[in-house]
Amino acid sequence: MEWANAVVQGLLLGGLYALLAAGLSLMFGVMRLVNLAHGALAIVAAYLGYVLVQNTGLPPFATIIVVIPVMAALGWVLQSTLLNTALNKQALAPILVTFGLAVILQNLMLQLFTADYRSIQVGDLAGASIQITPEIAIGVFPLITFIVGVIVIAALQQYLARTKTGRAMRATSDDREAATLMGIDNKRIYALATAIALAIVGVAGIFIGIKTQFNAYSGDTYLIFAFEAVIIGGLGSLWGTLAGGMILGVATTVGAQLFPSSGTLLADLVFLAILAFLPTGLFPKVVNG
Amino acid sequence: MALLEVESIDVFYGDFQAIYGISLSVDEGETLAVIGANGAGKSTLLKTIAGLSRPSAGDVRFDGTSIATLPPHKRVPLGIALTPEGRRMFPSMTIEENLLVGAHKSRPGPWNLESVYATFPLLSDRRSRLANNASGGEQQAAAIGRALMCNPRLLLLDEVSLGLAPVVVEQIYASLPTITAQGTTVLVVEQDVMHALRVADRVQCLLEGRTVLEGTPAELTRDQIATAYFGI
Repeated sequence: MEWANAVVQGLLLGGLYALLAAGLSLMFGVMRLVNLAHGALAIVAAYLGYVLVQNTGLPPFATIIVVIPVMAALGWVLQSTLLNTALNKQALAPILVTFGLAVILQNLMLQLFTADYRSIQVGDLAGASIQITPEIAIGVFPLITFIVGVIVIAALQQYLARTKTGRAMRATSDDREAATLMGIDNKRIYALATAIALAIVGVAGIFIGIKTQFNAYSGDTYLIFAFEAVIIGGLGSLWGTLAGGMILGVATTVGAQLFPSSGTLLADLVFLAILAFLPTGLFPKVVNG
Repeated sequence: MALLEVESIDVFYGDFQAIYGISLSVDEGETLAVIGANGAGKSTLLKTIAGLSRPSAGDVRFDGTSIATLPPHKRVPLGIALTPEGRRMFPSMTIEENLLVGAHKSRPGPWNLESVYATFPLLSDRRSRLANNASGGEQQAAAIGRALMCNPRLLLLDEVSLGLAPVVVEQIYASLPTITAQGTTVLVVEQDVMHALRVADRVQCLLEGRTVLEGTPAELTRDQIATAYFGI
């Protein structure tokens, strides 16, 4: 039964990975932009939540009311100024620019908050759990994380599928030049995509801040998991990203059960195996132009 | 007054000059066919009018105002729509979604999903098919429908017949009178001279980036056209 427990916990953990990876998946899907600052931005959101809880007494989950718009605005400005310019240069430019951005953000956070670990306190909720069977207990906080992850991905999927702006995003992703012929301003679409991506990473950051202790450099580990989730799921597929997150989550918890001392080794091996045998991921976009 | 005026434009791709001082004008409600062999500069001309290419000299005026420096997405709300060469459908979206994207910056007018399906009945049954899986003819009809969805004043059609079976080309050209009957001005670019002559009020023939012949289909002889087309 302890295996069943590991699997259940892993699936729930997958919700957090998926939440973290959804923005990455969106930005790559819409503009083929690999955002290496994604993890650092999650930690920016975590610190923002931390500061709000410390200084305003806002309940931890309520901080998203501030964090979402702040991160979205940051995304809009970042894309309109820095990233749109980088996208017009050669393919490597956005990678270098976002890498540089990650370094700047990390050092800025180090200056502001020192290297000490912080976390956002939620009191009793952190340890609360629901007993399903004598062996399996589901933590309330991981469950909330998972549900939020699924809701965010479902909402994003619906937004892309059903709204006018969502269609414009997909059109721009398919063929940027043809989209401009439909009157679509691709720079605006890109700014909006990044705003949405950072709003989501803002939510992910708050959950990371509650779940674990973090410092300025904690984003790197999460960035790797987010990338792995996106690639396992298939680039540009949101449901694939959720599936990828859950596979990684299960591999992490089962791995911890099998080899308690080797951390996330199994998750990384699963990722490598999928990359080797299914290089386009589980749900590749079937389109080849 | 002319709806579209192109005044002695030069257009380059890097060091290569594709257009040498071409001028043309199209009156509101008129259909102009630009014909010419491969490499005559026809597609470049349409791209320049739609905003995908910029002229290095000369001017492009729409309804009396210069649009030469406007990006393509700002030309659509003015009423300029291009059906690009190769159709350029959004492959991961259905036919109907492609049409809806065409209405992104829609102006008021007669064209909507219903009237596009009525004009191109072959699309009606294919509306939920992915554009990538549609046949060439369906894609071409959808590409024209998508351009119509913004209710353009000027419709630019690039190589409608390219790569399609003759019977499909017939069907698509048969729908052109329905479009012009709405008062839409059409500029069609074609290698297929016979189709171009049939639908056009005026014809302009390009050769290696220059205009070599202009006139109405009635006043031009076959020999004149053949000479201008091939440059012999």
